Amino acid sequence: MRRHVDTVMVEQRAASFTRRSIKTQSKTQGLRLALSMIDLTTLEGKDSDEKVRSLCRKAITPWEGEITPSLPSVAAVCVYPSLVRIAKRALEGSGVHVASVATGFPSGQFPLSVRIDDVTKAVEAGADEIDMVINRGAFLSGHYDEVAEEIKQVRIACGDAHLKIILETGELETLENVRAASDLAIEAAASAGPIADGEVFIKTSTGKVSPAATMPVTLVMLDAIQSYFDKTGVRIGMKPAGGIRTAKQSLHYLVMVKETLGDDWLTPNLFRFGASSLANDVLRQLVRQHTGRYTANFDFSEA
Amino acid sequence: MSRLTVPKTYKLYIGGKFPRTESGRSIPIQDCKGEIAAHICHASRKDFREAVEVAAKAAHGWSGITGYLRGQILYRMAEMLEGRREEFAAAICATADVTTAAARKEVDASIDRLVCFAGWTDKYQQVLGCQNPVASNFYNFTVPVSQGVTCVIAPDEPSLLGLVSLIAAPLCAGNTVVALGSQKHPIPTAIFGEVCQTSDVPAGVINLLTGKRSDLIEQVATHRQVASVNAAGLSKKDRVTIEVGAADSIKRVSFSSLKGDAWYDPQLCASPWAIEPFVEMKTIWHPSSSH
Amino acid sequence: MATETTTNTPSASWEYSAAPERFPISIEETHKLFIDGKFVSPKSRKWFATTNPATDEKLADIATAGAADVNTAVLAAKKALPKWSKLPGSERAKYLYRIARRIQERAREFAVLETLDGGKPIKESRDVDVPLVAQHFFYCAGWADKLEYAFPGREVQPIGVCGQIIPWNFPLMMAAWKLAPALACGNTCVLKPAETTSLTALRLAEVLQEVELPAGVVNIVTGAGDTGKHLAEHKSINKLAFTGSTGVGKMLMRNSAGTGKRLTLELGGKSANIIFADAAIDQAVEGIVSGIYFNQGHVCCAGSRLFVEEPILEEVIQKLTHRMKSLRVGDPMDKNTDVGAINSRAQLQTIEQYIKTGIAEGGQLHEANNQQLPSKGNWCNPCFFTDIQPSHTIAREEIFGPVLSVMTFRTPEEAITRANNTPYGLAAGVWTDKGSKVFEVAKRLEVGIVWCNSYNQFDAASPFGGFKESGFGREGGMQGLKPYVKLV
Repeated sequence: MRRHVDTVMVEQRAASFTRRSIKTQSKTQGLRLALSMIDLTTLEGKDSDEKVRSLCRKAITPWEGEITPSLPSVAAVCVYPSLVRIAKRALEGSGVHVASVATGFPSGQFPLSVRIDDVTKAVEAGADEIDMVINRGAFLSGHYDEVAEEIKQVRIACGDAHLKIILETGELETLENVRAASDLAIEAAASAGPIADGEVFIKTSTGKVSPAATMPVTLVMLDAIQSYFDKTGVRIGMKPAGGIRTAKQSLHYLVMVKETLGDDWLTPNLFRFGASSLANDVLRQLVRQHTGRYTANFDFSEA
Repeated sequence: MSRLTVPKTYKLYIGGKFPRTESGRSIPIQDCKGEIAAHICHASRKDFREAVEVAAKAAHGWSGITGYLRGQILYRMAEMLEGRREEFAAAICATADVTTAAARKEVDASIDRLVCFAGWTDKYQQVLGCQNPVASNFYNFTVPVSQGVTCVIAPDEPSLLGLVSLIAAPLCAGNTVVALGSQKHPIPTAIFGEVCQTSDVPAGVINLLTGKRSDLIEQVATHRQVASVNAAGLSKKDRVTIEVGAADSIKRVSFSSLKGDAWYDPQLCASPWAIEPFVEMKTIWHPSSSH
Repeated sequence: MATETTTNTPSASWEYSAAPERFPISIEETHKLFIDGKFVSPKSRKWFATTNPATDEKLADIATAGAADVNTAVLAAKKALPKWSKLPGSERAKYLYRIARRIQERAREFAVLETLDGGKPIKESRDVDVPLVAQHFFYCAGWADKLEYAFPGREVQPIGVCGQIIPWNFPLMMAAWKLAPALACGNTCVLKPAETTSLTALRLAEVLQEVELPAGVVNIVTGAGDTGKHLAEHKSINKLAFTGSTGVGKMLMRNSAGTGKRLTLELGGKSANIIFADAAIDQAVEGIVSGIYFNQGHVCCAGSRLFVEEPILEEVIQKLTHRMKSLRVGDPMDKNTDVGAINSRAQLQTIEQYIKTGIAEGGQLHEANNQQLPSKGNWCNPCFFTDIQPSHTIAREEIFGPVLSVMTFRTPEEAITRANNTPYGLAAGVWTDKGSKVFEVAKRLEVGIVWCNSYNQFDAASPFGGFKESGFGREGGMQGLKPYVKLV
């Protein structure tokens, strides 16, 4: 049964989270938390080995300066399958995961066998997490069984690697579709076998389609996760991706997670930000809080 | 040999029927020369209670039909009254000190009044209601809706035009009515039920009582099922009785102070502002995305 | 597989630090009456204290207006009437626009003062009350020179001197709802704020001075019930507008019988919030919360009777219970507080008594109970009752607190019948995704406001007011002008 969603009321609630006042200690703590949840991402055609190595370095030690307690590493580095090996080597022993987009990212417009192969290769290369895209064409034309079956196949192909299912909400357009796709993705992943907490995520966007992550879209996905938890006790993870660029925005998202799913989800095991420029803005705020001075762009390495 | 006439027994009109008062009482009514012109029903509190009960039952149906249909029924009443123009003129003359010409003028004005309200039934909503441009993502509109049962206390004069004007406004709004006719000149009220009955007015929508105001005023004021009161020609004491009693269930009270020719003015008697006291404004919000 | 946790992960418990509103506000030790454009000491020589309900601390002494003071105020309004009512509408409009602008400029000050005096969360004073106050003046200002378009076919005249008595739940907003339309239509006013919340109305008087509103056009008399009685019964007022309890409303209606005074009453409610199984449930749960816990439930249109379609009862209760965990109850001056202090000790006792009755009659109490309530001040945990029948006391009587009665229904017909089975008729909520059902139910509910797939939305352009014993007359919107005009 498709769940009804009322857009205006979702927008009202989503806006209410942005009116929380997060100051002083809670701000510092929140920003550190946000930093630890970032999937530092580079998904360009021109990505080089060198760029990936530089990104990994930043992932492990986001800022070279002195700050106590020391800053957390980010959660993961997210790259194309061909660069997984480079990243894996660079991150070895750091605890930072390697995530790889797969399944014919970003369009998903490839035969299933090619997409599965893409996943298998990425896992073999050492990816800890696979970010897959769903077949939006099939979803929008109402071929839900087909979408579900593909997700199931991909999850099986993932083996022990965690799976993040990208809905590409910008292409789904309505919040009702977002909710339906969320429910479908979670159930489909579960149909491949039991899910441990945080083993499966749902994710908003590839970052290649606008609009990417928004608070209302994320709220609807969080509601889907809550419903699944109420039903099964299993904690599905959430990853908004694309469009979250400022430290302030990241705090709004954390407030939203805290006040919907609750504190249990405030961990990188269950919540991630897919972002590249967010890290530096979070660092800017943290350093500013630490030193009491505003910083310059050149104070931070490129993300 | 001259034929003995068959005088009409004047009865009440309750729930689409013509019962005698349950009290078994009647009141002699004098003509302007002081002679007895007729005996009319002396309605009791129980008659009133019964009338309110059937009016309340009829309210849902009457407010539920379309304005267009209510308009056709009111128009039909006008047609029926037109057909009995002379009878009503005579009924007015029977007790009031007016010329036949004046009585005919009153009947004509009553017919025209019904026609005017018949036209309003599917239009006042557009005059009194509106869409509200709220500063948020909502579609918001206000519509006038009916209240339930309205009690009418008609003025002594003009006996027919007063009654018709006071009942037509709440009827137009979708309310059902229990009306107490002119105390001095009750015959037009007593036969008006026959107009209603032949006009497809559903049973219980219009209920007509004759009798003494002083017997019923307290009941009109305090009956909790009565949503509103439309009265004219009341003494200050009666007005206070109504207002004090109305407080218990927060009734909507409307007093008219019209006199003489003013009753003939459709601006004063048959505008949407005559209907407005007998509607409730309902405002409905629904989310409506701006994009 | 990669299951090791990321290093240096901050702890999962993330609490919001205190976020106190620190706007410096000065409150004079004594507050006089505002009569004929000046602040004057009361002839009664009596004063009463107003306290912060969140701390029990005294904020100021307020003048008690006795009969003589009320008389002076009414006469001032009467004296100001001819000039004010003859002013071109476009000029009256300009005064109202000025008021709106000054309120916007002093928004933060008004919000802080409202919260200090009344106990409502600063978030609500700031984001709801004060913006609506400014909007109300701005909206009504525009009508002042356009009244004939609101009443086609008629000429419009002011009624005269208006006595206006307002409650403590939205002190400044209620003042605006009363004053703005009255002034736009050319009336003059004597306003009596509720005794526990007089401060913002008196500060509004400062604004009236700043905008050079002619003396006597608005007068503000403070005090308790006696002051209100003096005002309501004064022979020279032509109109009485009251917002408050149904009991007092009935008394005022009785007492004004035969005086010819025009009356508007905005009274109590016991509004139904109806959730169908085909609703957008996550948003409906949000609507339940904003319906009953907004402003500590001190809302005449609070959705205090919840009717849930039976098949989804369990799910709704589960979601509601979960949602209530994130309601932040406490210091109203903290920017993150959702539910503030109960307005007065007396009101707290009333609410507590109802909760006891609910338990005694067999209801099952569910409390949010997730925070330490402050030791001083008046506090009530948001709660709801299950195992409630429509005949239970708490499901019939207006509680005016954060207490919800949860009941069920099986068919739309049953939902409508149960919702309408009350002497009140103020508002209702209807939640269903089905368009035909939403309109069918909205049409048949005997209430003045129906929020479809929403609850507790307010706007200056939208008429507010009830059916039946919830009062008569509307405030806001075009229909809100009618109570303040004579049609000739």
